Amino acid sequence: MTDTLDRAPAPERGAARPGLAGRLLGHQLLWPVLAIIVMLVIDVIANPSFLDVRIQDGHLYGNVIDIARNSAPVMLVALGMTLVIATRGIDLSVGAVAAIAAAVACTRIVESADEGAASATILASTTALAVCVLLGVWNGFLVSVLGIQPIIATLVLMVAGRGLAMLITDGQITTPTNDTFSNLASGFVLGLPIAFLIALGMVALTAVLTRRTALGMLIEAVGINPDASRLAGVRARTITWTVYVFGAVCAGLAGLIIAANTNSVNANSLGLWIELDAILAVVIGGTALTGGRFSLAGTVVGALLIATLVRTIPSIGIPSEANYLFKAFVVILVCLLQSPRARAALRVRGRRGAQPKAVAA
Amino acid sequence: MTHTQEQVVTVRPEPSQQPVVEMRDISITFGTVSALDRVSMRLFPGEVHALMGENGAGKSTLIKALTGVYTIDAGTIVVGGEEHEFHTPAAAQAAGISTVYQEVNLVPNLTVAENMLLGREPRRFGAINVRAMNRRARQTLERLGLDVNPGSLLGDHPIAVQQLVAIARAVDVDARVVILDEPTSSLDADEVEKLFDVMRRLREHGVAIVFVSHFLDQIYEIADRMTILRNGRLVEERMVAETSQLELVRLMIGRELEVLERLDRDQRQAAVSSETPVLKAVGLSRKGSLEATDLTLYEGEVVGVAGLLGSGRTELARLLFGADTADHGELEVRSSRRRLRSPRHAIDRKMAFSSEDRKAEGVIGDLTVADNMLLALQASRGWLRPIPQATRARLVRDYIQALDIRPADPDALMRNLSGGNQQKVLLARWLITDPDVLILDEPTRGIDIGAKTQIQTLVADLAAKGMAVVFISAELEEVLRLSHRVVVMRDRRKIRELPNDDVSVSDVLEIIAGEARQTEEGTA
Ligand SMILES: Nc1ncnc2c1ncn2[C@@H]1O[C@H](COP(=O)(O)OP(=O)(O)OP(=O)(O)O)[C@@H](O)[C@H]1O
Ligand SMILES: [Mg+2]
Repeated sequence: MTDTLDRAPAPERGAARPGLAGRLLGHQLLWPVLAIIVMLVIDVIANPSFLDVRIQDGHLYGNVIDIARNSAPVMLVALGMTLVIATRGIDLSVGAVAAIAAAVACTRIVESADEGAASATILASTTALAVCVLLGVWNGFLVSVLGIQPIIATLVLMVAGRGLAMLITDGQITTPTNDTFSNLASGFVLGLPIAFLIALGMVALTAVLTRRTALGMLIEAVGINPDASRLAGVRARTITWTVYVFGAVCAGLAGLIIAANTNSVNANSLGLWIELDAILAVVIGGTALTGGRFSLAGTVVGALLIATLVRTIPSIGIPSEANYLFKAFVVILVCLLQSPRARAALRVRGRRGAQPKAVAA
Repeated sequence: MTHTQEQVVTVRPEPSQQPVVEMRDISITFGTVSALDRVSMRLFPGEVHALMGENGAGKSTLIKALTGVYTIDAGTIVVGGEEHEFHTPAAAQAAGISTVYQEVNLVPNLTVAENMLLGREPRRFGAINVRAMNRRARQTLERLGLDVNPGSLLGDHPIAVQQLVAIARAVDVDARVVILDEPTSSLDADEVEKLFDVMRRLREHGVAIVFVSHFLDQIYEIADRMTILRNGRLVEERMVAETSQLELVRLMIGRELEVLERLDRDQRQAAVSSETPVLKAVGLSRKGSLEATDLTLYEGEVVGVAGLLGSGRTELARLLFGADTADHGELEVRSSRRRLRSPRHAIDRKMAFSSEDRKAEGVIGDLTVADNMLLALQASRGWLRPIPQATRARLVRDYIQALDIRPADPDALMRNLSGGNQQKVLLARWLITDPDVLILDEPTRGIDIGAKTQIQTLVADLAAKGMAVVFISAELEEVLRLSHRVVVMRDRRKIRELPNDDVSVSDVLEIIAGEARQTEEGTA
């Protein structure tokens, strides 16, 4: 995290010599994808029927499907976080924003005239997401207009947001009864979990918005060199502002899905620490915390890795107390394998070995 | 530059000593690009050794190979008689090789003194002794004739001062080898002279100095020996005194340079400027950077801004473009009198501004050459209207060719280009927007002699087609060769504006000096 604070440009080192292959997407995502596969293999060894998928009432069931479904909230939050990080920012408030969105939606549903009606869910969710837009505008204002460091600016809402969510729910655990709402988490369309489809849909939408237009390139330009971008006429402030709004909306969607999963909202605990999982997913996906180039595909893989990890820990009988330790271990391993410096060290060793041959030739 | 050829270079016989550094058959490849191919270089104690070559020839790479920024693929490096390969720049520094890289590598939000003494701060009871640090920094700066407050933030100073601070840092340590990669690229003649004094002193003390510069006059004034590179290959090692300028140029570019004479003829032809004002600034000022200044630009003319470091020439350019906002004054662009609040505003009014600080305010290192070139155009079209693939490809190809950018690869990462080639890409970024007003602050910074004439010709041609150009450069000859009108600046204001009918460098210096005398008499 010091990377975000340290605005000095990374010094040019020998590591700044990516081979051609190094820039290929496949190469960058090699380790996270391998990690997922290794975990699945471990799962299968522990439980040979781990990968089985059943069809029941036209829906798919099984551990893999669960992983996909459970990855949705982190994937959504990480998606918004990817763009925020690409502009050299960070958004710590996403967990609180998710809680607020859930609190708004659930209380609206409970308070609506017909608590079970589909329209109640639609109205409540729209309201919740509108609130998220406002929260994003607030974050974006602090960062892009007032120029407050993103980590500090979003810390404000991270802390205050939970309080706000508590106010909305009156400090109660609110439990709406509405089938449409719970379907957000547990429903299926075309045999696949709705939650996962929402996340994928958002990813696809974002991909189109950033890569089919010039938005992605402009975001990257702002993240790599804000001053140069401004002088070249890029509306850096607007872009920064927009990504915080987008990040908040993504967090709101995630909050709705999490609340729908348990049909309840606890303002204290909903989405707690999800910002850290999201940041991890982004970093594992190969988007650097120093901003600049981002990879949406990488973020998807990162989110899937975290979901797989969460599923694997109990299935191979790791005691729940060691949960966090194990998670930390896997994350460190993946990040280490991805780190340019670690890779350079490996490469140098490889070359040293090959050198006598080169001299002889 | 004012230094003339009268300064006879002392002919130094082949030194009897061992070289302090000898690089033999160094090769480095980046991906598929071979940046250095079996290049050798010897450095002797007490000599100034010029490293010569066109943009992208491999000068900076050779330096970085020596100092451990890059690992070499093949070859040997002998330092002080022993084979030695540095793995980090810090190791090279510790072994007495002190380097100023081409792109100033200091920390903008530390003070000048902190930057100079970073890593070897004077301490007292374990804590950094700020007063001692500032005192020591001031002494070193004074040797370079530099009057800056050691306690001020480095980032607040223009690039030339930052460059001088980097040099001061490098010469302040006890080094056996001092490497200066294009240290003079944005310095005025005066600062160059002071730097040369320091270099001569170091040379007398037996220090070996590597010096890179695209100014041949400077090479002939200060350098003893030179190594000439072309396309990543060694051409020859030569004594400067035994090589004529013409010969040197031929060795560097591999053919005769024909274009040198062309410009003056072209420019004379274009010298009729129109009467239509494009931009009119009245009383433009900003506290601490520029006093009230008037300036009118007409279609089809090149206005040169002459002035020494700190005269306000860059500040004027920034205010004209809205990069900084003016406190007072009016700016009329094509008779629209709206205040310029941001660069974006200016761009929408068909203005363009190429900053002198290419690293901090130009280059987007992690994007490709193509993206860098098209950034300003894309930004003004808005994100919803990406430039169509075909147009993109055509524009990028045309400008890579027109400016002879190497490697000619639109997908190369900008940060991997040599300094001069980056500068060309940034020029292309603005030319692509087809502006009415083109403000160029040190556009030829770090560009080799061949390309420099090419760019000057380009500017003259653009003006002939109706563009209004503001041309700022520390190199007065260049300003005078190109411009129809000259604005002379001093002490953050315009002191004189005169049509350029054979104004000479000494005329300009006289105006600046005369003004200084007047000011002194006024206060006396
Ligand atoms: N990290 C890198 N990755 C890929 N190519 C590189 C890298 N660094 C340098 N190059 C290439 O190596 C060649 C030599 O570059 P170098 O910076 O040494 O040129 P130079 O002689 O210093 O030029 P200039 O006068 O413009 O500074 C160039 O073609 C450049 O594109
Ligand atoms: Mg160079």
